[in-house]
Amino acid sequence: MSSDEGGSLQETLEAIRREGLEAIEEAADAETLDRARNRFLGRKGRLARALARLREVPPEERPDTGKTANLVKQALESTLELKVHELQELLAEDQETVARDLTLPGRTGWRGSVHPVSMVIDEICEIFRELGFTRAAGPEIETDWHNFTALNIPLDHPAADMHDTFYVADGVLLRTHTSPVQTRTMLEHEPPVRILAPGMAFRRDPYDASHAPAFEQIEGLAVDEGIDFVEFRAAIDYFVRRFFGPATRSRFRPSYFPFTEPSAEVDISCIICDRSGCVTCKRTGWVEIMGSGMVNPAVFEAVGYDPEKYTGYAFGMGSARIAMLRYRIPDIRLLYEADVGFLEQFA
Amino acid sequence: MDVSVSWLRALAPTLEGSATELADALSARAVPVDSVTVVGEGLDEVVVARVTEVRKHPSADRLSLCRVDSGAGELLDVVCGAPEVVEGALYPFIPAGGTLPGGFRIETRKIRGQISNGMLCSEKELGLGRDAAGIMRLADGYVPGRPLLEALGLPDVRLELDLTPNRIDLACHVGVTRELAPGGVRDLRLPDFGTSWQPEWVSGAERATAAGVSVVIEDPERCPRYLAAIVRGVSVGASPEWMQIRLQSAGSRPINNIVDATNYVLLELNQPLHAFDLARLRGPEIRVRGAAQGEHLTTLDGGAHRLGSEATVIADAERPVALAGVMGGAESEVSPDTIDLLIECAAFDQRHTRHTARAVGLATDASYRFERGIDESALERALERCVELILATAGGQADESAIRVGRTPPERARVRLRPSRVRQVLGLRLSPEQITGLLEPLGFDVAAESAAAPGDGLEVIVPGWRGDVRHEVDLIEEVARRYGYESFPHEPRAFRPSAVPDSPTWRRADRARSELALLGLLEARSAGFASSDRISRDAVRLLKPLSEAEAFLRTDLIPILLGRVEHNWTRGRRDVRLFEIGSVFRQRPDHESANDDGPVAEEVRVALAFTGRRQPTHWSDTSAELDIWDLKGMLERLTAALGLGRVRSGVPPDETVPVPFGTERWLGSDALCIFDGESLVGVGGEVASAEIDSPPWAAPMFAAEFRLEAVSLAEHGRYRNLPSFPAAARDLAFVLRADVPAGAVADAIRDAAPETLERLDLFDVYEGEGVEDGCRSLAWRLVFRAADRTLTDEEVEGGLESIIANLRERFDVRIRSA
Repeated sequence: MSSDEGGSLQETLEAIRREGLEAIEEAADAETLDRARNRFLGRKGRLARALARLREVPPEERPDTGKTANLVKQALESTLELKVHELQELLAEDQETVARDLTLPGRTGWRGSVHPVSMVIDEICEIFRELGFTRAAGPEIETDWHNFTALNIPLDHPAADMHDTFYVADGVLLRTHTSPVQTRTMLEHEPPVRILAPGMAFRRDPYDASHAPAFEQIEGLAVDEGIDFVEFRAAIDYFVRRFFGPATRSRFRPSYFPFTEPSAEVDISCIICDRSGCVTCKRTGWVEIMGSGMVNPAVFEAVGYDPEKYTGYAFGMGSARIAMLRYRIPDIRLLYEADVGFLEQFA
Repeated sequence: MDVSVSWLRALAPTLEGSATELADALSARAVPVDSVTVVGEGLDEVVVARVTEVRKHPSADRLSLCRVDSGAGELLDVVCGAPEVVEGALYPFIPAGGTLPGGFRIETRKIRGQISNGMLCSEKELGLGRDAAGIMRLADGYVPGRPLLEALGLPDVRLELDLTPNRIDLACHVGVTRELAPGGVRDLRLPDFGTSWQPEWVSGAERATAAGVSVVIEDPERCPRYLAAIVRGVSVGASPEWMQIRLQSAGSRPINNIVDATNYVLLELNQPLHAFDLARLRGPEIRVRGAAQGEHLTTLDGGAHRLGSEATVIADAERPVALAGVMGGAESEVSPDTIDLLIECAAFDQRHTRHTARAVGLATDASYRFERGIDESALERALERCVELILATAGGQADESAIRVGRTPPERARVRLRPSRVRQVLGLRLSPEQITGLLEPLGFDVAAESAAAPGDGLEVIVPGWRGDVRHEVDLIEEVARRYGYESFPHEPRAFRPSAVPDSPTWRRADRARSELALLGLLEARSAGFASSDRISRDAVRLLKPLSEAEAFLRTDLIPILLGRVEHNWTRGRRDVRLFEIGSVFRQRPDHESANDDGPVAEEVRVALAFTGRRQPTHWSDTSAELDIWDLKGMLERLTAALGLGRVRSGVPPDETVPVPFGTERWLGSDALCIFDGESLVGVGGEVASAEIDSPPWAAPMFAAEFRLEAVSLAEHGRYRNLPSFPAAARDLAFVLRADVPAGAVADAIRDAAPETLERLDLFDVYEGEGVEDGCRSLAWRLVFRAADRTLTDEEVEGGLESIIANLRERFDVRIRSA
């Protein structure tokens, strides 16, 4: 930077004009221009410092010198303004002509995901919430009383056999279905009871494409005065249409479960082939989705409800199976392998 | 259970509709039909053929050379692989040029050097039965060349029923016809065999003797009733073709006219029967008793059994001759030489039959029915029908007297049914007449409401074959399914919402799941089992595991997730980020104490594990590996979002804080801990490399686990006013010994800071040139703000000075800039 201390003020002002204009003209970007403005026109810039020397100038020369100083200032300011415009135009031109290669990939982070079975469980609970259901939980380790006896399943029933059930001690087992949550909830609460109990169930089935020794189930139970088979059918039908789509039909068939009577197996019209016949529905056009029925009075007796006063319905679905159906997952083992390639498909 | 549709039609002339319609009706009203199969489909080219000569194949032991008369004029050479071909017998035959069901074309070809001009067929090849071992021998009397379908009265349709345990009455053709015929029981017509046998019953409570034979029931609990008939002078041979075909259509293999007669009655009326060769019964006597410990019996399937007292046997005067309700013995079996028969028709106890069957590992058509209960009052009729059928197909003379030992069959059950209860449970307003109209075709007798007790409902008398109907609700189910589940009206009803609060467990899980997914982790679900090397010492072992790899219940989630990461590594995936919410199990140490919650303690945990790059590949930078600071940051975010408490470093000494996590082995020693107050609710850290099986290209792995129970359920926070006065920021950098934890420094800053300190961020940690050995420089940005005024420079500087003073006092610090 040149010193402005020596020489006459006139000369100094002339130097500031010359050098200032040059600096402004040479500025190729806004930042350089701003530095130039500060250097020459700033509060402590060269022009300000030069003007401070005006007092040293003999009084008769002051008007002329002051005038020169003003001219220098105006020249610098107007040039600066032009330059600002010029740079802005340049920038705009740049943006128009020098396009970025937007075919380059964008910057992302990892996406997390919720397991497909969790998504299905959440959606089922969401739909039944509209029918007044809350969610209940129960232990996976159960007593044979909760798992069998209270549900009207005698302990010498084949289902209670060591071949089908994982026992961990005498009378203590991994629950074979989510149904014991029914018993536990009714023992703890008075009607109206409307609950869904999602959770794991365990059976001594070796792994294959459609079986796993541990799998998700979801249990439903509604108990109150005045619940009848008509309401039960309407509720299930509502769920089927909400979950599988409004065009899906449900079909009730007689079945047998010790803890419900009348019992029903619920089929839905095959969502894969729309009833034209495929592997999923074994060419029948229908797919089984739940076991259900009106709660057997024997169950009410076991938990101390008055079976003459209360009626209700119960149902159980395989959430894992429903997830497989919904997402067309061909093998149940895929659900439990935690393969990143599988899980990322649900992100 | 396989059902022949033509058999059903023979039992009820009123039965109309196609086989498919009948199957649909059964599914809709009673039990599912798994398959509808045409028996005899694609058999148009199969003819009856006589094998006139059988020779050994010169170069293959297992093959034989047959001369076959297929009615075409000349005899054909045919190579046959069946173990036994009888000269002069009739078999189904496909001449060369014909096709098997399923499209396999039979050609003239050389088999081991011998020309074969067609094929003699087995039941299985023709789709007529399951027997693939030998070729299907036909009854005598057909002219060779006759189309097989015509000869056998085919095609028929076989329905495969998936019987529910309560509907054992549908395990026979009469039962299915009852269910399907429009008039039910009223439409049933049992075909006449042209023979008649009305015996004189010789009865006794425990024993009876007639026709020179004694029957004794030693243990009435095992066998409440035992009936026997004696038929002498029979000719054992093949059954007539119509009977063989009927049996085969119903899935039963014809054996000889005696055994077939018992099977026929079984499939018609549901009553298992057994024919003994009377000459082989010592005494002759029948004793029904528990087996003596160590007694031996060889059953007619060839199985040799050593029996225990849980098994029930039929014995003669000396030894067991049959397993009661399960299978006959080989020694007393009917053979081609048999002349005199004892036909057993008994009721065996359900539980004892199950024990007998299980003791020898057998499940038979007979045991299946006895275990579920047969109609004890129908034994006489079943025995009569079986004898009539034997007389018709095997000749002989039935003794005029028959033996009947045991109790009088119990009275038919009477069950009350209130129309008001039907309405309460089903929502249908049905009149007593409508209800009666639904029940009577099934064989229920319905009496009108008794005048003595009006309002008590109808009295329904249950038929003997419906042992499953004992309660009012059982009848309501009958009403519902006969009415038709699909005929119910479609009326949504008003409801009261649940009195049960939404479970805190699931609400916590919801929160944890969405936070973890937001962190970029993928949710895994696993089975809950673990192998012995992935558990803590107090793990629970299954009594009968499926495999050693899944013999225990998991005690912690981290080891399971590590296994899942390893699985991904084996598939070449390097970037793996997983989380799981699931139950873990431990032996309860204080089990057997007074307040017993059972031997297993169970809780729900949340775990995460990750390894690999921090971000997916991008051209603008090379993505760094995830490290311990990512783990700590995640845990801090989680603790804040889920209200878990605070993250601290280091494993706490056991004696002060109980460590519920058995993860010390899997995590390095410089772990992170999550504390909720004074209780440890979670742990995390870098996974010890010795515990994992990682490929050389794998990145370091990090994991953490916490209790779901620790997740806060606080519903919502409160809004804080946005600041209306400006903040003042100051940077503060100083050098101090490197072994002073940054956390302690931050505490010292906060302790001395005025309450206007709004934020404190560490923005640089520096060691190296310009900083003494063993020391490091920490640079912090402090943001001050007051809610009610603009802070003056003096206030801010004053605050900074007291912070610096505290730092000087607590640590030996050299201020670099302030």
